[in-house]
Amino acid sequence: MEIFSKLEGFKLDVLKEVGNIGAGHAATALSQLLNKPIDMAVPKVQILPFEDIAEKVGGAEKIVLTVFFRVEGDAPGNLFYIMGPEAGKSLLQRLGAFEPTEGLELTEMEQSALGEIGNILAGSYLSSLADFTNLAMSPTVPALALDMAGAILSYGMIQFGEMGDAALLIDTTFVQGNDEVEGQFFLIPDPESFDKIFTALGVPLDDD
Amino acid sequence: MTDGQNLVKVGMADLNVVGNSGILRTTGLGSCVGLTLYDPQIKVAGMAHVMLPSSDIARENQINVAKYADTALPVLVDKLVELGASKRRLIAKMAGGAQMFAFAGSGDTMRIGPRNVESCKEMLKKLGISLYSEDTGANYGRTIEISSETGILTIRSVQKGVKEL
Repeated sequence: MEIFSKLEGFKLDVLKEVGNIGAGHAATALSQLLNKPIDMAVPKVQILPFEDIAEKVGGAEKIVLTVFFRVEGDAPGNLFYIMGPEAGKSLLQRLGAFEPTEGLELTEMEQSALGEIGNILAGSYLSSLADFTNLAMSPTVPALALDMAGAILSYGMIQFGEMGDAALLIDTTFVQGNDEVEGQFFLIPDPESFDKIFTALGVPLDDD
Repeated sequence: MTDGQNLVKVGMADLNVVGNSGILRTTGLGSCVGLTLYDPQIKVAGMAHVMLPSSDIARENQINVAKYADTALPVLVDKLVELGASKRRLIAKMAGGAQMFAFAGSGDTMRIGPRNVESCKEMLKKLGISLYSEDTGANYGRTIEISSETGILTIRSVQKGVKEL
């Protein structure tokens, strides 16, 4: 894919920084929401074959709880906040408003609350990116899914499908004190967005 | 679902054929469509994991034929014929094409699942193969496998359990 051949070394580091700023603010927001420290791993920026993207969360058939946002504005893309179903449930309990329930199913109230938590996190992720790049970026209303990772994530690769068999993923993992994975942020900018992001940051794609 | 010895995985934007009691499986179909063709007489099966409706929109230099409905289906038929299948005996089944997320005022990309289904049906019509059964649409993911012994398509989902076509 032509665009990927231009994305080497330094430019991938720039995207890593983009992920770092976004997720950093989101981690702070989650930490304030739960009133406890949330750490985050160094973001990974990878160009992955479609097949391998679901492997990042445990395989195409792994059941995950996902809050999905379409990013609208100057640099469109897809933003996923992905949790294990257990992590999602314990998140709700720690908010203090929900009784623990058995099984995977979520009540309407729980779904709504998770969507709202996702909204807060995505909002801080994107607004910090928008401030940093001076590009307008806003999330759509959150959409929630509890389903196979492959089915959910393939949705974020459609725009890349027209150009090749790989997508670029900015992946940040949130961890709680004892290394318990809290959730993962995946940002998959549309192929057309890279040029805008790099130009906004003063490193145009064609300026090699 | 069976864990047969002769299990062949079909990846995303990929296609394959199998005989000799083999099984074809593809996992985590969302908006993608898993289309299967089966010749009951010589017991060979083919499966394509189609991601996009038409290669007209392709902007890649070298097209991956398995990715688009309009290019994947003819290739799948050819591969089965190479194995000795007869085009007029082929039985088509398909699953997937879900709309995983729904938004108000959603554009073309959002409707990609239903468009994949439509495009597969159009191609089948062009190829003169009738669609035997389908489990498409809705808003959930599916894992499917077809047995070349029986031609049964097994569909598994998180929300709806196991279903056979």
